[in-house]
Amino acid sequence: MSGYLEGILVLLAVNIVYAYGAFLPLAAGQLNIGLAGFAAIGAYSSAYVSNVYGVHPLIAIPIGGVVAALIALVVAVPVLRTRGIYLALATFALGQVVQASLLNMSAVGGAAGYPVTAFIRLPVVVGFAVVVMLLVWLLFTTRFGIAARAVHDDERVADLMGIEVRGFQVAAFALGSLISGIGGGIYAHHFSFIEAQYFNITLSITIVLYVLLGGTQTVFGPLIGAAVFTLLPELLRGSANWRYVVFAAGIIMLMALRPQGLITGGMLRRLFDWRDPFVKSPGAAKERVT
Amino acid sequence: MLGQQIVNGVMLGSVYAMVAVALTLSIGVLNFLNFSIPAMFMIGGMATWAFIHAGLPWPLAVAAAMVVVGIASLIVELFTWRWMRGAEKFVPLVSSMAFLILFEHLAIALYGSDLRTVNAGFSQVDLRFGGLVIGIPQLIGLVCSIVLIGCLSLLLNRTKLGRALRTIAEDSDTALLLGVNINRVVPIVFVVAGAFAAFAGVIFALNYRQVHPFMGEVVGLKGISAMIIGGMGNIWGSIVGGLVIGLVEVLAIGYFGADFVDIAVFGLLLLILFLRPTGLFAGMTTARGGI
Repeated sequence: MSGYLEGILVLLAVNIVYAYGAFLPLAAGQLNIGLAGFAAIGAYSSAYVSNVYGVHPLIAIPIGGVVAALIALVVAVPVLRTRGIYLALATFALGQVVQASLLNMSAVGGAAGYPVTAFIRLPVVVGFAVVVMLLVWLLFTTRFGIAARAVHDDERVADLMGIEVRGFQVAAFALGSLISGIGGGIYAHHFSFIEAQYFNITLSITIVLYVLLGGTQTVFGPLIGAAVFTLLPELLRGSANWRYVVFAAGIIMLMALRPQGLITGGMLRRLFDWRDPFVKSPGAAKERVT
Repeated sequence: MLGQQIVNGVMLGSVYAMVAVALTLSIGVLNFLNFSIPAMFMIGGMATWAFIHAGLPWPLAVAAAMVVVGIASLIVELFTWRWMRGAEKFVPLVSSMAFLILFEHLAIALYGSDLRTVNAGFSQVDLRFGGLVIGIPQLIGLVCSIVLIGCLSLLLNRTKLGRALRTIAEDSDTALLLGVNINRVVPIVFVVAGAFAAFAGVIFALNYRQVHPFMGEVVGLKGISAMIIGGMGNIWGSIVGGLVIGLVEVLAIGYFGADFVDIAVFGLLLLILFLRPTGLFAGMTTARGGI
């Protein structure tokens, strides 16, 4: 396999993992634009344990994810006190603080970046992406998926239905951070070098865009969104300078023509005649109208 | 030394305050965080540089840059507001993020990603009070910012247009029922907000003498922080927020080094969000959109 193709596939796998990290909070109605910070925590902590303690990458990467999730749990209490746009901005500030702190941490190289000695090949990277995907899909076939959807559509009604709204919000926030941390760990162990500058606000926003463009109604949205918007710019590589212009114009047009994202619950039902548990949700009803 | 740093912090803070006012106007009236505002800041600076580079004298270059920003703001208005009414609430936010990416990479495609030096053609003159050095162009920029923000405040509180805008801020459907011509008024919000951000970009370009396609991101993020610290939708709060951020930034560089700036600024933002999520001054004005 050519190095170029391998590079693209790794990028695709990492982006898919990130996209599922953003999907969980979004599915529960939280716009988290600090995910790059949690990806950075996962990347640096997994790199640190594999560099310093010689832990195998297969263990080090989940450890990185768990560290990211633990930090998310600690900050979830004050952060999730805020709502709507304030929540998005609190996560944004959090991501910036994480990035700035890592830039100043000399134990992990500071601004010079941090080399990672252990290396994982493409099959392992893809393996991680597939496992993450399957686990999220499984999670959304359980009561969790329906409850997250209910919280997303209307917190107050979900509360009346006896759903522990706060618990689900914290869980979605922490699980999303866990997955983002795993994505960061994969990135670190394949590319063998990480620098805090990579985990910036642009990364956070791009990840959220993948999910919103793919659609938040079903678990397939993030997969399709990440795939389309990782591969599409590559096809435009011939005009290297203009490809992001085309990419951004594509996002704007998609929002104008299909604001609910590429993949929707209604579309899947029409295509496959599926019975899906969200069929009675207000989100599905809204979609039929538009 | 401390006095000089406070002067520098206030100068920088006035740039952040202008961007914060632009953001707060968008969020106060239209109820969405307009991520294209940082792009307008960048276009203001980059276009000024490009027109000066093409041979225009700087006042004409600034005027031409403002025209470019006006047109760009109207395009953003079409895709984030006019054609998107009734869409899900995150749609304008996403489209405006895409416009930020679009304009930044358009600037790179046209002019490359290098840091450009602005050669404005006027020389730096400084006032000296005791040990303090105050640049006259910077001082003029600061005074212009305060006057413009004051004019905006008068416009919102004293004119018919301002009343229409405050009605839209309360409820755009009700405003429509009351006979406010939304399609005529809302573009004005986009153009005015864009012009404020662009003016900040022009001041930045002329005073710090350098522009870059990503200059809007750095300043835009600080502008967002300033807006939150001052309380969203509160214009005078934005000024306080901008000055606080500018001072914290300059003092952090002075006492802890340049690497510490982001920790200080965004740490402060996070702390304020935890302690008082609505910002320092939100309670002083009426409900949401109390501008």
